[in-house]
Order: sequence, then C-alpha cells, then structure tokens
Amino acid sequence: MKNIFSLLLIVTALTPVASSAADADYKLVIKDHRFEPAELSVPAGKKIKMSIENKDATPEEFESHSLNREKLVAGNGTASIYIGPLEPGRYEFFGEFNKETAQGVIIAK
Amino acid sequence: MFGTAIIVFREVLEAAIIIGIVSAATRGVAGRTRWLIAGLLAGLIGSGIVAASTDAIASFASGVGQELFNAIVLGIAVLMLAWHNVWMASHGAELAKKARTVAANISEGRSECSILMVVVGLAVLREGSETVLFLYGIAASEGGSARAMLFGGLIGMLAGVAVGYSLYAGLLRIPMRWFFAATGALVLLLAAGMASTAAHFLIQADLIPALASPLWDSSSALPENGLLGILLHSLIGYDARPAGMQVIFYVAVLVVISLGMKLAAKPRKSI
Repeated sequence: MKNIFSLLLIVTALTPVASSAADADYKLVIKDHRFEPAELSVPAGKKIKMSIENKDATPEEFESHSLNREKLVAGNGTASIYIGPLEPGRYEFFGEFNKETAQGVIIAK
Repeated sequence: MFGTAIIVFREVLEAAIIIGIVSAATRGVAGRTRWLIAGLLAGLIGSGIVAASTDAIASFASGVGQELFNAIVLGIAVLMLAWHNVWMASHGAELAKKARTVAANISEGRSECSILMVVVGLAVLREGSETVLFLYGIAASEGGSARAMLFGGLIGMLAGVAVGYSLYAGLLRIPMRWFFAATGALVLLLAAGMASTAAHFLIQADLIPALASPLWDSSSALPENGLLGILLHSLIGYDARPAGMQVIFYVAVLVVISLGMKLAAKPRKSI
C-alpha cells in the first residue's frame, strides 16, 4: 500500500514535465487590471495550455464559470492552466479581484 | 465594498462550514476546544506563508504547483476525515453514552483531536491564503476606496463565520440518538466533495484525464456562484459542470469510507 502510494507520488511529480513541452501555448497578459487580449480564439475539441502573465503588482485570480476554472496569479507572476477540449462557443472569464475591469472571453472555433 | 464582502464571504464560508461540521462531529471529545484553536492559529499563520509564496508555489512543477498543492492539501484532509469517520464508527456508541454524562473522556481522544486540528488547519490554510492575497491586493492598490473595501471584507468574514457557527449550533440540537449518524453523514459528504475538488485541480493541471468535461451542466438550474450553489458546494461538493473524473473520485471516496465505517462498526469477531 505504501509502495503504491509513493509510486503514485513519483508519477504525479514527473508527469507535468513530460507533457508541458508538447502543448500549443496561448498567452494572456494582465495589465492595469485588464486582460490582454480580451478576446482569445482557440481551436475547439483540443486540450489547450494557457499561460497567464500578471504585469500588475497586485495578485489576480483568473476565473471562469463556463470553463470551470479558477487560478491565482501572483503580482508580477505567471501561471499556467489547462482548458478544454472545448465545444465551439464563447467562454467568458474574469479576474475575480478586479471584476469591473478584468473581463474577457475565449472563443472556441 | 459589496463585491469585496461577497468574495471574502465565499472563502471564509467554506472553511467555516468545514470547521462547524468537524467541531460538532467531535463533540464530547476531551480537550477539543484547545486543539481547535491550535488548528485555527496554525492555519492562519500557514495561509500568510502560502500567500507570500504564491509565485514560488505556482512556478513549481512547471506552472501547476498551485493545483498540486491544493490537491495534496485536500487529499490529506480527505484521509483525515475518513479516519475520523471510521474511528467514530467503532467508538461512536461509547462517545454518545459519555457525552450524555458530564465527564466525557475517551482514552483515544488525543488522536481524534489531532485529526480535528489538522482538518481545521488545512481548511483555514486553503481558503485563508486566497483571502489574504485578495485583501493584500486591495490594501496595496492606491485610492480612497481601499478602506471601504477592507470594511467589506470584514463584513464578509463575519457573515461566513456566522453561517459556520449556526451550522454548528444547529447540529448540536440534533437529539443524541441520531447525532453521530448525522454528523458522520455530513463528514462523509464533505470528504467526497473535497475529493472531487482535488480531482478538479489535478485535471486543471493536466495530471489526470478529465473523462468527459463536463459530464453534465446544471449551471442554469443551480448556478455554482449563487448562494445555494455556494452552500451546496461547501457542504456536499456540488459542482455545476463536473468532469467525469470528479464524479469517479466523489463516488469512490463515498464507497470506501462507508465500507470502512461498516467494517469498523461490526462487533469484534474472529476472522
């Protein structure tokens, strides 16, 4: 039991290194509490790796109900997130800490 | 200010619900309050540290360190809650008897208390670090609205604590005959919900397959960001758009803990 558990730990620790290089990258930048670009087109039916760079000094939380994603990005930090595979459509997202300005949409085609 | 109150309320509510249920479930265990406060303090200190090292955690494991961290924290909490329920299944009757009398003291009470401390600490750690970051962001940003927003945060926090406490007080009113069965069921659902959330983080980090995402979409009938949705999410792990893998985790934990409880509750027989 203990061996299986430690094996599982090793596998989970190694997996991201193996899988991250092959994925297509999409990038969002947060600046002045706004997303850039505010509209991002991605292919439908594919798993996507997205990086979010926060150029503000304050932290932000990328959040999307329709994508069912939530991710903290530290001030002047970068975070990666996997989304999809998505059905074609519009998926709105926002920055939870600055909802008034930080709004955007992902369009899957 | 109102927006701030809601964000903080959401974070605090999850921790408060967990603490309310676990405190009720450990009713009658000696020295419980001390351990609870120790867990709270450890969680608060820990959330400050986690908030300060957000960037370091995030960049760990090629950018998915945050998900890994959350999943591990949740995983430990699930194990602890499972242990609690199995332990309760074998000692519950004894505890119920003693809780009725004044002197409630169980020899194994200490291990049960450390479980309480760890679960409370982890709940505060996970939800608290986000609140700390959020409030720090407000305080750091210039403009006169910061004070009003921090005030909003305080209101949100108090409201969250009030709900958690009401849950606790409400649970204590359940007649002793059903009390441990009721709290046991709540802890079971809490653990299953945490397992589903852990799976959600591992999917977001691409460490496990989603297997149908989403499996269903009930967001128009019962949105997860509405008050009822938030409550159900904290209580039983409701997710409006769950991935198939989340449901598998949920059901697996339900089944495994229930089996453990059944086995533990059986009178000792030679096998």
